[in-house]
Parts: sequence; structure tokens; C-alpha cells
Amino acid sequence: MDIMLILCIAFAIVFVLLAPFVGAIISGIDRKVTAKMQGRVGPKILQPIYDVLKLLGKESATVNPAQDFFVLLYLIFVVIAGIIFFSGLDFLLCVLIITLASLFLIIAAYSSRSPFAELGAQREILQVMCYEPMILIMAVGLFMANGAFNIYDLFNAQLPIIVYLPLIFIGFIFVLTIKVRKSPFDISMSHHAHQELVRGVTTEISGRSLAYIEISHWYETVLFLGWVAMFFIFCNPLVSAILCVASVIVVYFLEILIDNNFARVKWQSMLKYSWIVALLFGGVNILVLMVL
Amino acid sequence: MSGTKKSPWIIHYDGSSCNGCDIEVLAALTPLYDAERFGVINTGNPKHADIFVVTGAINEQNKNVVKQIYDQMLEPKIVVACGACACGGGVYRECYNVSGGVDQVIPVDAYVSGCAIKPESLFDAIVAGVEILEQKRQALKKSNKAKPNISTKDKA
Repeated sequence: MDIMLILCIAFAIVFVLLAPFVGAIISGIDRKVTAKMQGRVGPKILQPIYDVLKLLGKESATVNPAQDFFVLLYLIFVVIAGIIFFSGLDFLLCVLIITLASLFLIIAAYSSRSPFAELGAQREILQVMCYEPMILIMAVGLFMANGAFNIYDLFNAQLPIIVYLPLIFIGFIFVLTIKVRKSPFDISMSHHAHQELVRGVTTEISGRSLAYIEISHWYETVLFLGWVAMFFIFCNPLVSAILCVASVIVVYFLEILIDNNFARVKWQSMLKYSWIVALLFGGVNILVLMVL
Repeated sequence: MSGTKKSPWIIHYDGSSCNGCDIEVLAALTPLYDAERFGVINTGNPKHADIFVVTGAINEQNKNVVKQIYDQMLEPKIVVACGACACGGGVYRECYNVSGGVDQVIPVDAYVSGCAIKPESLFDAIVAGVEILEQKRQALKKSNKAKPNISTKDKA
């Protein structure tokens, strides 16, 4: 049991230290691949890091102290959710804490009382409403396939959980587009040049706080790709490692492809499609698991 | 290390003009010229921007708008006046409602000549502008260190 604890702490430390760099590189590759898809040269791979360093050096000016505090809480809770996941602990707790983190971001946006930020916050609430059912169904599916919410139990499994949860995986990929803020579901705030509502949730957030949001986004990207990899873990370490890396690359490339090929939808469509997908794919998968 | 020189985010405002320079600025952001290879992002939000790109002359109507956008931007920041109208009023200089170039309202750091400007000359201005931006950042850093605590000073 002691070895387990040491391993958990080691993985948590590795996550906290490495995830921002990995997330930044992924984000840089994302922008480069996006540029190539649009026939451009595109920025350097390290561009997201330059952006954040610049933001950290800006003059500090905030709308109110509460906003900075909530943005900081957003970062802290994203990191805590990541620690819980990557140290192999409770998946359900990780899901609930990441939702709590996004609630702090929403409160930060509301605290400014700016019309653009408020509209962004309302849309962010809608996004939470859209992806949450599917993510919770995924947690239920994990429990039924794995027998527990703990991630480290997956390493003892005979088969990866993708075998039991293929439909839930497809549904999860669908809502992942909302989670990583990609078109067609980037209605509350988007990256790159395609903007709407000025900058949505982050309209009133600038300088250092905006840098914190970017850093939390890097942590989030790594965490969500970890959720993708979770579906391919089983008792054979080598094969599952290859499957995990391959699945993460394929899924993220798919996200970039979707981002570049779809226009932003209205919130009504987002709500409709994400709930239909959650009920259909998630529900059918859970029912089949119950019968078997 | 600082990313100031490598990540100039711009905000673009068009005053009163024929919109020629306006279209050229947008052309600079398209895949053909690809401003993002210099790290340029068109933000549309003064709070996120480092470079204020103004096209067109300043008139009595948009004076306050330009001033407000400038005031909302955080230091370090620079202003680039694009085209003959933004530099000094251009062909609209003698109009009854035109006050002249952008420098009538806010301090300008780089002037781009041409009617209309070329995207290439806008890039030249931005590349020259980031040097000024870096100098301003270092000056800001120094003054921040030198200042003890403004709020307590003000109260006294």
C-alpha cells in the first residue's frame, strides 16, 4: 500500500510540473496544424508560451479583486482535478471538481458586470449543461465496466474499457469538442482569430489573470486527453501505452479537423445534439451493460 | 525571457475614410499574408491588445471612441497609424468635421505611409513597433520597481 501511495504522489508531482509544458506544446501544434489546414505558414510551436509570458509582463489592471480571486480558484481546481485523475484516484471526484472549476470561471465572468462577459458566462453555463450529462454517464459506465471509480483499478483489467463502452466513447468525443472549446461548439469563448461577443467569458479578464486562464487551459487539455487515454488502459503496460498515445493523437487531430471544418452553431442546436448523443449513445451503452 | 516581441496582439479601429486601408489591414490577416506567423492575433478587445492599429482620419464623432479604446489598453502598448488619412488627415484634411491624424488625440508610435497602405508596409510597422513595445515594457518594469507603494502615498 505504501508503494501505491508513493506512486500516486509521484504521478501527481509529474502532472503538476509537466502538464503545462505538454499542454502548451499541444496548443502550439494545434495552431500550426490549423494554419497548415488553412494554407498558411502559421505561428511557431512555442507561440502559446510567448503569449503567456507577454501577458504575465503586462500592467496589472483588474475590474475588481474578486475576479482575480475566482480566476485563481479556477486554475487551482483544474490542477486539483488533474492531480486526482493522474494519481489514479476517483474519476467521479475528478469530474465533479472540474465542473466546480468551470463554475468559478463563470462567477469570475459574472463579477465584472460587463454585458459581453455576462453573455459569455450565460453561454458557458449552457455549455456545462450540455456536456455534463454525457460526462456523468461516462463515469457510470466506468463504474459498471471497472467495478470501481478508481483509475488505478484499470491497470488490473483483462480488457480495456473501450470494449465495454464503445458508444460512450463516441459520445464523449462529441462533448470533448465543447470541453476543449472548439468549433462548432465554441460559443462562450474561442481561441485564434474567430471571435464573437468580443471575447466572451474573458472579455474583462486581462494581463496576469488571462495568463492564468491560458495555463489552466493547458492543464485542462492534458486532463481531457488523459480521459481519452483512460479508455485504452489494461493489464498489458506496453500495448496499453501504445494504444493510449495513438488514441490521444487520433482524437486530438479529429478535434482540429472538426474545428476547421464547421461553423459555430447556435446554443439551441448545441443543447439538442449533445443531449441526443448523451441519451442515445450513453443510454444504449448503459442498458446493454445492464443486460449483459 | 519575455514574449512581448513575439506576441503582438492587435486591435483595429477604422475612423472616417474610404475603407481602403481598412480592407488592406484585413488582407494582412488573411492566409495570403498570414500575420499569425509573427504571433499577431486580431483580438477585437482593447484589454487583450498590445498594438492599436488605426486607419482613417479622426473626426469630431470618433475622437472619444479612439481615446477610450486607447485608455482601455494595458501598458505596454503602442499605436500604429495606417495610411495617409490616419497619419495627417489625407484627402479629408480640410473637411469641416475632420480634426486630422490620429496623433491629434493619442500618441502615435509608428506611421505607415500609402493610400491605401500595403500589407507589407503594415508588417514593417508592426515589426518596428514590437521593438518600441519591448522598450516600453522594460521602462514599465523599472518604474514598477522604483515606485514604493502608490496607494499609501496618495492617502498621505
